[in-house]
Amino acid sequence: MATRTHRTRARIPRAAWVLILPFVIMFAAFFIAPIVYAVVQSLFATESSGLGFGAPETKFAFFDNYVRAFSDPTFSQSLLRLLLFSAILVPLMVVTALGLALLLDSASARFPRVFRIISFAPYGVPGVVATLLWGFLYVPATSPILQVLSNWGIDVNPLSSSAVLFAIANISLWGFAGYNMVILSSALDAIPSELYEAARVDGASAWATIWHIKLPLVRPSVILVTVFTIIGTLQLFVEPLVLRPLTTAIGTTFTPNLAAYNQAFAQGNSNLASAMAVIVALLGFVVSFGFLRFVNRKGNRAW
Amino acid sequence: MVTATRNVTRALTVGDNAPRRRRQPAGPSVYAVNLVLIVAAVYFLLPLIWVIIAATKSPADLFGTFGLWFSDTPAAWHNLVALFTQDGGVFTRWLVNSVIYSGLGALVAMVLAAACGYAIAKYPFRGREALFSIILGGVLVPATVIALPLYFLMNEVGLVGSYWSVLLPSMVSPFGVYLARIHASASVPDEVIEAARLDGAGEIRIFAQIAARMMTPAFVTIFLFQFVTIWNNYLLPLVMLDDTKSFPVTLGLTLWNGQTQRDPMFYALVVMGSAVSALILVALMSSLQRFWRADLTAGATKG
Repeated sequence: MATRTHRTRARIPRAAWVLILPFVIMFAAFFIAPIVYAVVQSLFATESSGLGFGAPETKFAFFDNYVRAFSDPTFSQSLLRLLLFSAILVPLMVVTALGLALLLDSASARFPRVFRIISFAPYGVPGVVATLLWGFLYVPATSPILQVLSNWGIDVNPLSSSAVLFAIANISLWGFAGYNMVILSSALDAIPSELYEAARVDGASAWATIWHIKLPLVRPSVILVTVFTIIGTLQLFVEPLVLRPLTTAIGTTFTPNLAAYNQAFAQGNSNLASAMAVIVALLGFVVSFGFLRFVNRKGNRAW
Repeated sequence: MVTATRNVTRALTVGDNAPRRRRQPAGPSVYAVNLVLIVAAVYFLLPLIWVIIAATKSPADLFGTFGLWFSDTPAAWHNLVALFTQDGGVFTRWLVNSVIYSGLGALVAMVLAAACGYAIAKYPFRGREALFSIILGGVLVPATVIALPLYFLMNEVGLVGSYWSVLLPSMVSPFGVYLARIHASASVPDEVIEAARLDGAGEIRIFAQIAARMMTPAFVTIFLFQFVTIWNNYLLPLVMLDDTKSFPVTLGLTLWNGQTQRDPMFYALVVMGSAVSALILVALMSSLQRFWRADLTAGATKG
């Protein structure tokens, strides 16, 4: 590659490669290689020979692992559960973050800087610790919220099988809504004042200003936040893992990542585990690119 | 593009200039806006307030007294001493490990990503856009998908269980390359680079001594972003490490959390440990927030 670029018109100092290559080598080793390895692994199967004598045999199995993964009802269910979780969390996250950013940007907000710091704080709390904390708040014995509600005659169990996805979504919302709000309110801050002056001269209401000036101008940031939230939901692993001892509503294959982890370490089937990891990665690409295509087709270029 | 990035650069370099209150069309009532913001602030603070109060209680009081008020028999000092002396003071070791993984990982990640992003921005070599697209694709791959195959790979080269198995993958930040490229094109003028070349400076020196200084805000943002990402990463250390001495604090806390059934004393350790590790990061976030106002992240998408 280096020799070929020398022939192009723009002069590329050889030293430039010293700047590029360290990252590219690390990226290849710790991003590309694992993905390639997972894809290759997922196409093989390890079988011990019939009588259990001799070393187990590894042979090419085409898409057998994928067929196995999809025909396992618990894995298919975990994929559906993950999509349902995305469908709950992504709109909730975007609407909350955008709503708070708009309120904060309105002329009425009193202490915007204090609010920014408060809402940003949960971002610093690791997902594991956040889940431990909310775990205590989801159990009647330690939760002041549930105790107060119970005194009012309202009995809720956030960890019941019908509510547990919302309980997990709440942990993610708590952790990232403030961070996303800060991104969106920085975008709102960057809107030139002249536009607001013009809106005032035209007699536009606050709603009209939001609808015709603010929302169209922060659209790229909203898209960024949405894509990051989609990718974040696909990683769902820590929260169910930590909440599992507290409830029977979460099994060992609650999410695809848990299922893959379980296959790799409890069942010892690294080939099937790799196939499951590849499926989650493909799902991520399909959903995020699908979303980007969708928003780009409807209006002007946004990314 | 130019105005957007100029805004970003100014907002970042000026740092803590409060967003100027602009005259906007009058919004909905002051009370309504601030009421919603106060409710949101309570939501963001509640788990943190709970854990601080809970950390002052003995395990019996944790379950026996109201969660949002202190008990009559405070055990704060006792819990704190227990936290730092349990298992031969292993908690301190976990904290130090977390700082090493996050600090060293983020430092190297910052240098590698900034150098690569700068080079992509400033040297028009063939295949530049293709390389950039591949790196951007890395942003879309969920970290949980990489972790499992990475474990199998590390296993083959015998690195599983070592510090390196967690540190090396943490040194790659595709998102950092993206931020660095955007920021380098906006804030490092080509004329400066040309002038330095005429003065006889080498390409590496131009980057290290001239461009790096102009890209300081991008460096800080990449470092902090990666620091929090590594500190919060759970799956990677979970699959890689088996010696509790090399655990980061998140992994250590879940280890203790698994022992609460055996000995309720561990409840107090988990709660106090969560409080300490949450407060450290929240303090770090809040104090550095003026350098990291996410403007760069937001502005990066404009254009």
